[in-house]
Amino acid sequence: MAEKKVKLLGFWVSPFVYRVIWALKLKGIDYEYIEEDIFNKSPLLLQLNPIHKKVPVLIHGDRVISESYVIVQYIDETWPHCPLLPQDPYERAMARFWADFAETKLLHTAWLGLCARGAEREKAAKLAMEAVEKIEEVVKGKKLFGGESIGYLDICLGWISYWLPVWEEVGSMQIIDPIKFPATSSWMNTLLHHQVIGDNLPARDAMIEYFQKRSKDLYESDWFKDIIRLHLHP
Amino acid sequence: MAEENKVKLHGMWASPYVKRVEIALKIKGIPYEFVEEDLVNKSQLLLQYNPVHKKVPVLIHNGKSICESLVILEYIDETWKNGPPLLPQDPYKRAKVRFWTSFVEKELLENVLLVVRSEGEAQEKAIKVVFEKLKLLEEGLKDLFQGETHHIDGENMGILDIVLCSLFGAHKAQEEVLGVKFIDPEKFPLLSSWVTAFTEVAVVKALQPPHEKLVMVYQFLRQKALRPSAAGVEVKEGVYVTSLSRSSPF
Repeated sequence: MAEKKVKLLGFWVSPFVYRVIWALKLKGIDYEYIEEDIFNKSPLLLQLNPIHKKVPVLIHGDRVISESYVIVQYIDETWPHCPLLPQDPYERAMARFWADFAETKLLHTAWLGLCARGAEREKAAKLAMEAVEKIEEVVKGKKLFGGESIGYLDICLGWISYWLPVWEEVGSMQIIDPIKFPATSSWMNTLLHHQVIGDNLPARDAMIEYFQKRSKDLYESDWFKDIIRLHLHP
Repeated sequence: MAEENKVKLHGMWASPYVKRVEIALKIKGIPYEFVEEDLVNKSQLLLQYNPVHKKVPVLIHNGKSICESLVILEYIDETWKNGPPLLPQDPYKRAKVRFWTSFVEKELLENVLLVVRSEGEAQEKAIKVVFEKLKLLEEGLKDLFQGETHHIDGENMGILDIVLCSLFGAHKAQEEVLGVKFIDPEKFPLLSSWVTAFTEVAVVKALQPPHEKLVMVYQFLRQKALRPSAAGVEVKEGVYVTSLSRSSPF
């Protein structure tokens, strides 16, 4: 089963897609990458992921898997060498807990901060910083969340090391102050210098341009106004 | 050693998230002590065991605390391998279970809660979304069950069954309070027969609060969200929630 062909449907700037790329590269799994224009979704994407119509989608032989967390765990269980999740059930639970925490409390709030303006941006950035305070405690004293090598939590949170600084720049906000969060900053640095991560990142200039436009478009959309209301003024 | 191996579950009788963990523990045959928490006046112990979210459920095992119901369910499955499995063995089947569990949690549950907490046009919009999601789930079940009748009992209930059960086990109470029938056998035959099946499982039946209590829970959630004045909510809520949290159904 592990020998069947692997394909990854992705979008060049998606942090969720990169989780899967990093997992595949860390395990040394060959795959074919298929770029998807998420603003002009292909029949292939709509057929493979009719529920969410999103990337990443992993195709392994005749199997189709979507949702980045589900995909990374599928990769870890199908190719058990170089394990990403720890062996111990409690440590696994902690990795899953903090992955979920970072997704809901940091990624969503930082994204809101990027796309909002004024007082709402400040509120979102403040919530994001509060989340980083907790992450700082978890990573303190560690080289990587996975210990000496990159693990599941490093992969899930890896976007913090590269996407978040871009969002901070585009959104003129500071969420990761290196003086306040030395352990997190050090971890970000370690990750970026790791060959698999550092060699597999989208071009920064292109990202800046992309997120500048995206931030503006979303800020002006009705859909986003609903999201802001829901998340910042519950 | 014996003390450390003991399992404690901090929870609240009306919480569906806590219910998930209880069902899992019972299916696996794991003895546990249930510690009822007053969510208005959170205990020092709860704040110590779950400093990040300050919520229930919290599982205590071997002196360590595990939080977030879905994380707890996988922990239970990985720690107690002797009981019935909560996830399939095959990685692809596991991926499908995780995918649909995430769908129920994020797409269905969130929108059902929106229906509970809203009224008028906002509620109508939310109801429409729930029906769209239910339709997707019904389609997904065809692939998941692959045309076979999905037979559920206390021996083969898994994470997806548990999570769906925690949402729609109370569907009759939801219908009564919201005036809308989500589990409609004509619209969603696979889903409806699945819901009926798991509400009949002995373990689930034993843990389900009586219908009147569930109606009270949904009415409370609705009133809490729709009350206009914050001051009004404090006073009335204090009385209401206290009575809710203290009135265990057993």
